[in-house]
Amino acid sequence: MRKETKYVSYLDYEGQYKGIFGWIFSTDHKRLGLLYLYAIALFFFVGAILGLTMRVELATPGETIMKAQAYNGVFTVHGVIMIFMVVIPGLSAVFGNFFLPLMIGAKDVAFPKLNRLTWWILIAGSILAIASQFLREGPPDTGWTFYAPYSTKTGTSVIIATTAAFVLGFASILTGLNFIVTIHRLRAPGMKFFNMPLFPWALYAASWIQLLATPVVGITLVMLIFERLFGIGFFNPDLGGDPILFQHLFWIYSHPAVYIMILPAMGVITEVIPTFCQRRIYGYKAIAISSLAIAAVGFFVWGHHMYTSGMSEQARWFFSLLTFIVAVPSAIKVFNWIATMYRGSINLQAPFLYALFFIFLFIIGGTTGLILGAVAPNVQVHDTSFVVAHFHYIIFGGMGFAFFSGLHYWFPKMYGRMYNLKAANWGAIILFIGFNLLYFPQFIIGYQGMPRRYYDYLPQFQWAQTISLIGGIILFIGFFVMVGNLVRGAKKGAIAPANPWNGTTLEWTVPSPPPVENFDEDPIIKSDPYDYK
Amino acid sequence: MSQHENHAFEHRDDEAKKLGMWLFIFTELLLFGGLFLVYSIFRSQYPDSFHEGSLELSVTIGAINTIILLVSSASVAVALTAIQKNNTKLSMQMLLLTVFLAAAFLVNKYFEWGAKFHHGLYPGSELMQLLDRGHHLYFSLYFFMTGLHALHIIIGMILLLISYFKVKAGKVKMDDFMHLENAALYWHLVDLIWIFLFPLMYLIS
Repeated sequence: MRKETKYVSYLDYEGQYKGIFGWIFSTDHKRLGLLYLYAIALFFFVGAILGLTMRVELATPGETIMKAQAYNGVFTVHGVIMIFMVVIPGLSAVFGNFFLPLMIGAKDVAFPKLNRLTWWILIAGSILAIASQFLREGPPDTGWTFYAPYSTKTGTSVIIATTAAFVLGFASILTGLNFIVTIHRLRAPGMKFFNMPLFPWALYAASWIQLLATPVVGITLVMLIFERLFGIGFFNPDLGGDPILFQHLFWIYSHPAVYIMILPAMGVITEVIPTFCQRRIYGYKAIAISSLAIAAVGFFVWGHHMYTSGMSEQARWFFSLLTFIVAVPSAIKVFNWIATMYRGSINLQAPFLYALFFIFLFIIGGTTGLILGAVAPNVQVHDTSFVVAHFHYIIFGGMGFAFFSGLHYWFPKMYGRMYNLKAANWGAIILFIGFNLLYFPQFIIGYQGMPRRYYDYLPQFQWAQTISLIGGIILFIGFFVMVGNLVRGAKKGAIAPANPWNGTTLEWTVPSPPPVENFDEDPIIKSDPYDYK
Repeated sequence: MSQHENHAFEHRDDEAKKLGMWLFIFTELLLFGGLFLVYSIFRSQYPDSFHEGSLELSVTIGAINTIILLVSSASVAVALTAIQKNNTKLSMQMLLLTVFLAAAFLVNKYFEWGAKFHHGLYPGSELMQLLDRGHHLYFSLYFFMTGLHALHIIIGMILLLISYFKVKAGKVKMDDFMHLENAALYWHLVDLIWIFLFPLMYLIS
């Protein structure tokens, strides 16, 4: 078909621009994937440092290292950074950009220039968000939820933080739009929807949520900004508005946003497990359709964040019922992953280890989510550290560990080099231990009444806060082991073959690192993407 | 299938561009959808104030603006059909007419808002703070929704002007007109939102 071209990896390619401009002006989805990776790793580090300062503050009752107002600022900015800048773009922007085109046999995403613009928008929004921490008015102290009417009244820099969230939302919308069009239009000849690997399926479902839910929170945040600027009373009861309305509008986006985070994470796990068991994925169609089902039902469960805010009894049982229904497709995935492992030839490497930890932590996070989804226990533990533990188990234990899993899985493809396998396993184990020490005690003291977002606590919770602090420190040690190993691997690691894990999806058919145009000739599409022989 | 023929060698994909625009239009609908939700809740809470508030608006100017936008939707459709039939001149004329109508809409809006401002009625004004809650919310929503819509008119005008210059430069032509088609799609969206805004704001008395 095409005349033979010399192989040049995307890392070495010299285009129109040189040096760093060859990266930040690049429209190559692979380079943009790495740019997202570096940006998000940096934001994650900032957010994690803020998280650690909170744990240090909570080391003893009363004031330890900061006052209440400073603590309010730290947990707000921690939340804004981690939610809007790390986990929402996280998997879809990094691995979606890098591997979606490779996995469906395309040369790039549908709109490469838009893709580049999206990265720039993300950076602009992130600068605003981080700036909000340092402005004269002081960091926003509303929590990442920006609940009205407090957010309409506080003197801190709420406007800049909400503007940041709005801008970051724009980036999220454009990523979703790009991926949906890419999947519809750029699948390689012969690849039907049900021949796609399951990571693209998960991205497809998440992209629809990004596209349809984000505008709602966007307009809500703009209304909040105008309310502060002009004294409009949409959400302020003194002026006739309704603060509950703000909560509804906020969660109409922010609950589906949880699925923006977790669906691509599930997609990564669905890729890792069959590869490291050398076994066809169990229940391909069930997993593909359950992604869409989660996306669809996920739009209608937002009320479970608001059981104690003032809702009718009917609304509460309705949202509770839907919350239980949305757990079903998640459970379908878990059962299918475990069934895939049955009689597989398991290769216990770091990506698989992270995937196992993901399943373990996701089950804890998911079942405590059902406790919270039931109305009666929710009223008991609402706004306690039980909720904090639950969502960290989902977001960090779920999405975070899936991110690490994907990073170790695709690392040889991205850099063409291999990290130290043994050190990677140790990193995973240390992270797992640190994570559980940090968050599990919060379930217990939350149940006993430890409120969230307090910088102070009763002496009887001391034991758990101490364990959490130790867990936090171990977690940091785990990060350093993991990141150090990966950085060393990227620079000096052994040269990786094209297919180190014996994977079957299309990204493993091209050289590592991939050439600039991904595929020099149209890839051969198998009807079953997970065909292990 | 064209998708397959295009896959390896051809970078241009009109279907993808159109799909992208439709998806973007969905996000715009949901953006305004959030506002319409807020509107419906406050209107059901304060039906009398909304009724009285709408009496303050000029149905005549609103109706003229509705007609202007409907005609502009027609003219942009003619511009698109003209380029498809290779009638570049007509297409350019129709695009200019559309932009002119959009500007006329904004001029009307300016006089409408200006009269309100003249009476001290604008977000953040002293008069607004004195109004009762229902009126306050009605006028807040009025300014917010029509203001956001006006912003979309301006964005639409810019898109149409870019299309105009692309037609002029020969970059948008008979067999390559997606830019104009997408600008026209966006313009229809702006028109459509007004079709809902007009009765909800002006005609509820």
